[in-house]
Amino acid sequence: MTPEVKVSENVAALLKKRLRPGEDFIQVLLVACALVSVLTTVGIILALLGDALRFFATPGFSWWDFLTGTYWEPGSGHFGILALITGTLMTSLVAMVVAVPVGMAIGIYLSEYASARVSRVLKPVLEILAGIPSIVYGYFAINFVTPSLQAMMGDLVKPLNALSAGIVMGILILPLIASMAEDALGAVPKSLKQAGFAMGATKLEVALHITLPAATSGIVAAIILGLSRAIGETMIVALAAGSFPRVSFNPLGSVDTMTGYIVRTSGGDIPQTSIEYMGIFAIGLTLFLITLGLNMMSRRIIEHFREVYE
Amino acid sequence: MSDFHPNEKGRKRTAGLWNVVFLAATLVGVLSLVTLVTSLIDSCFGYVVLQDAYAYSEVSVAPDKALASLTKDELVQTLRTTAEADLTDLTTGRLRLLEMDRPLEVRTEDDLRNLVITEVLKSEIKKSWSLMESLSQAPAITEFQKSRYPDGHLAFRSWLSPEFLTKAQSGGKAESNGLRGAIIGSLWIILIAIVIAFPIGLGSAIYLEEYASDNWLNRLIQTNIYNLAGVPSIIYGMLGLAIFVRLMGPITSGAIFGVQDVNGRTVFSAGLTLGILILPIIIINAQEALKAIPNSLRYSSYGVGATKWQTIWHHVIPASMDRILTGTVFAVSRAIGETAPLVVIGASAFLTLDPSGLFSKFTTLPIQIFTWSQMASPEFRHVAAAAIVVLLVLLLGLNAVAIYFRTGIQKAKDAL
Repeated sequence: MTPEVKVSENVAALLKKRLRPGEDFIQVLLVACALVSVLTTVGIILALLGDALRFFATPGFSWWDFLTGTYWEPGSGHFGILALITGTLMTSLVAMVVAVPVGMAIGIYLSEYASARVSRVLKPVLEILAGIPSIVYGYFAINFVTPSLQAMMGDLVKPLNALSAGIVMGILILPLIASMAEDALGAVPKSLKQAGFAMGATKLEVALHITLPAATSGIVAAIILGLSRAIGETMIVALAAGSFPRVSFNPLGSVDTMTGYIVRTSGGDIPQTSIEYMGIFAIGLTLFLITLGLNMMSRRIIEHFREVYE
Repeated sequence: MSDFHPNEKGRKRTAGLWNVVFLAATLVGVLSLVTLVTSLIDSCFGYVVLQDAYAYSEVSVAPDKALASLTKDELVQTLRTTAEADLTDLTTGRLRLLEMDRPLEVRTEDDLRNLVITEVLKSEIKKSWSLMESLSQAPAITEFQKSRYPDGHLAFRSWLSPEFLTKAQSGGKAESNGLRGAIIGSLWIILIAIVIAFPIGLGSAIYLEEYASDNWLNRLIQTNIYNLAGVPSIIYGMLGLAIFVRLMGPITSGAIFGVQDVNGRTVFSAGLTLGILILPIIIINAQEALKAIPNSLRYSSYGVGATKWQTIWHHVIPASMDRILTGTVFAVSRAIGETAPLVVIGASAFLTLDPSGLFSKFTTLPIQIFTWSQMASPEFRHVAAAAIVVLLVLLLGLNAVAIYFRTGIQKAKDAL
């Protein structure tokens, strides 16, 4: 019976972990792929920080002026980034005023009211709206919305203004808010709603008093993400919001935004050593930190405040 | 709850009112899309007043016949004689250039007639109207042309034409611009972006879904990818400007490969930038695709003795390919419409030579739309609208491809 013993010895040898250099090599390759995205982040931070630090170190720069000044024109010694931040906030707020109520209403309608047939038509419309490049919305803003506003309100409306850019930006982020709100509402368990119906509540009462409060965290996250998208949105404001880098609170007049300024300035052939070139990296860093903070907040809310049922 | 009172009629009325509110909101979405599309179409067609710089009767070899009824020979003769007699801006040198492109004798009659209009008569658009205006105010428009441009004539123009797609860019007049360079540039850049982002993205997704254990490094990679997906696209442009254009300038400009006289603002830099931009989107979509594959498939592969990579390569990837490709097409359609990062890294607003390789200067469809939208001359808004229609049709086409992937591969799977 010696051969059998031999076989079992072989099995033991077979069961030992065999070296597979090919498999290991592939795994190393895959780790390298995954690290590319980490490198991207490092690259973004270094790229922004490098020139931003040079900007902060230029003679004549003062942090006080940077944070409280109301006029941005680094070429002539004005470093007030508030001028650009207020412009960005103004267009973004107009966008939120358009997108939040309408987007929420669409979300509620889709998740609580719409029949399967209606959603089959509506959802593709929202998907198309979400898929249209922002440059197209920019064209729409200057060639349709601004003339319409001027027709309604006359000369008060400047050819380039925050209101028009904001409205169109609202249409751009509308699908995002609608679909995130729909997801949040859809995640509320049916049993909760059925309990409401069993108590004799109408559809509206269930939607507003049961589903909506239960989905609050998801909806807040959607709004924050929408705001972040609006702040980072570029082409609409670059075309339609104007280039007036001073603090101004008139939505009918020109403003200047962080993104719009970066696009306009970098589009020209400015020398690498000029203060304007370094300035756009300081703005970029500010923009990056603001949007990163908002995005992380949105994810945190979704992860930590999600209502867990059952 | 205290709001639930027995007043049934009032509650029903409130419910009905809100129903209307919800419907109205939904209509806002639909209406925005409809308005957007109509305003585009409105700008793509319409009347124009054309006026010739040189009178037709003075240059034609057969002045008593209308231009439309000239024969091919007469058209060729008209071109030749005006060039030789130096009657107009068409010099013999210019004619020789045109003949080098394609000899007059082999050109079609329509082509020759166009040459007569653009080269000899120097017909120019003096004023243009939108489709809506053209339809509703036709008599007023005719009146306007007769009083302001008595020598000109009115024509109905489609700004969107095959010629518009194939013509190279030219500065100056709106009507002489074409999209060829922009389309070629867009295709080049997208190609580079896919070649970079697809393998790296798929590799990252496979690592994160199939290999990564739950430790701090992998969690960091995952969180980082989600954060990257939310970074505004203009920031990627700044990354591209600082790293690809300036730091890696010698490589991206092709200087170390012997290419001369360019800077780093090339097709290569643009492709790299957009590749990095769509990477997180591709990774997240591919991860979703891999997550959807049931573990039973993996176990049955291990059960017959396959290694981890054999399982992934022969079973997991093919089974999730439809979703991975759909996600990739989605990422590509995002990249095609991207404008801001390309403006930042330095697209050329005006490009006479088509992009022909990695180290060419570039322009793309969205860049052209941006440039033309900023032009003061009102004719450019028609050209921009036509370019937008081309861009949107391209995007719709891509979505059709995505749907084809989904259904086609699904069918193939079902057939197995």
